[in-house]
Amino acid sequence: MTRALDGEEVARRINEAHPGAASEWEGGDVWVEPEALPAVAAFLKETPDLDFAFLVSISAVDYVEYFELVYHLLSMRLNRNVTIKTRCYGRDEPSVPSVVGVWRGAELQEREVWDLMGVKFEGHPNMKRILLWEDFPGHPLRKDFLRSAH
Amino acid sequence: MTIQTEPITINLGPQHPSTHGVFRIRVTFDGEVVIDVEPVFGYLHRGTEKLAEERTYTQIVTLTDRLDYTSSMTNNLAYVRTVEKLGSIPVPERAMYMRVIASELQRIASHLVSTGFFLQELGVFVTLLMYCFRERERVLDLFEMLCGARVTVSYMRPGGVFQDAPEDFWPALDTFVRDMPGYIDDLEGLISDNEIVLARTRDIGVLTPELAIDSSASGPVLRGSSVQWDLRKAASYEVYDRVAFDVPIGSSGDSYDRYIVRIQEMRQSISIIQQCIDQIEPGPVRTEGPFFVRPPAGDAYSSVEAPRGELGFYIVSDGGISPYRCKIRSPSYINLTSLKDLVVGWKLADLVVIFGSVDVNMGEVDR
Repeated sequence: MTRALDGEEVARRINEAHPGAASEWEGGDVWVEPEALPAVAAFLKETPDLDFAFLVSISAVDYVEYFELVYHLLSMRLNRNVTIKTRCYGRDEPSVPSVVGVWRGAELQEREVWDLMGVKFEGHPNMKRILLWEDFPGHPLRKDFLRSAH
Repeated sequence: MTIQTEPITINLGPQHPSTHGVFRIRVTFDGEVVIDVEPVFGYLHRGTEKLAEERTYTQIVTLTDRLDYTSSMTNNLAYVRTVEKLGSIPVPERAMYMRVIASELQRIASHLVSTGFFLQELGVFVTLLMYCFRERERVLDLFEMLCGARVTVSYMRPGGVFQDAPEDFWPALDTFVRDMPGYIDDLEGLISDNEIVLARTRDIGVLTPELAIDSSASGPVLRGSSVQWDLRKAASYEVYDRVAFDVPIGSSGDSYDRYIVRIQEMRQSISIIQQCIDQIEPGPVRTEGPFFVRPPAGDAYSSVEAPRGELGFYIVSDGGISPYRCKIRSPSYINLTSLKDLVVGWKLADLVVIFGSVDVNMGEVDR
């Protein structure tokens, strides 16, 4: 049975390796600073007793004051999972560093987040829209996107 | 004399007989050899995640039918399980058995579609596809008995299933379970050792286990690459921990392995259904609850092993009657991440076969 790791424990491990990277935790969730994301991702993947080699999914949620990116990670070998979250402020040009360098599986998912939610991923090799066409006005999953206006 | 050559880019799809669904791909060739591919998505994008924000939790079940339209039951299951997790809604035991029976029937139906189209893409026109569809039709007849619909079933609800099976469902299911192994034998007899099928699929489009994990592949694509990972075992849900079944894996991760894993999974599904029929007890099939499901504020992620891989829902609730955010983790979409690595270096005819063996469903890719 897949067991969720304790967020507090994971946050402590992250902060040991990268001081100040993990800012909050609750249940199985850990919030990390956006700048530290690629380093934390590499740490979680490469540390043998964490071994989060599988990126399950990337979700983005618009909480109006900020965007929250949610990374569901899985270790198949240890059958454990953890959820990493990061907050991204600003609505004009929000961006976070890409994790494609750590997990190839992020490639299409980050493009989808940019397309539908309008959060850019710095360092992504091909940051283009994916489901909608390039000239599409706005990002439909944002809360201020009105369907009737289009 | 040397012949001058230069790469040529051609467009395949979105309407093309060899790509099932509206899949478009721009392919660059050197002669007949693929040197670069760029999939172009979105021809079936309906904005399901946005639509979900404007509907009640029960209404969204109908949207999930239309994601992967060849496996509506498992889509229903993935969604209602997330709502149940978020709202801590209990599910009666009989309902769990009904859901597992429906999901495994759906897996058989979906793998039959995959296998039929895979063979179609090998150039075996129509005959074998029709054999597969003939058997799938029997599953759809069973679904019709369960809920009145054949494809867009909307059978499951948060807290159970919409209604119990009618009396005549059980003998029909028994007949199906008894007949099906013979049909799979027939199908395998025609293709599994066929020299042409082997020549066209063995060692073609090899996905290494390392790349499969790195690119977040799941389902038969991952297991074809000899990674033993099935959510029904690893994160056992519903009543899968009460039935015995194997998780078939491939040996080399080529197109043939992905095909043979599906065939073997169908046999396991039949065994699971048989065990469920033996174990199921009478009882309620739905937990009575308020008309509007209102999960408390919070978020939850839950996933199931759909025929094409890990189908997950991430739902954020603000305590209202519709979700604040409903994100779909679609296996078909993410399985396409490694498509370029699979097809580069192969010829155009192989590209079609490899794409068929990965087996994506565009309703789920584009959402």
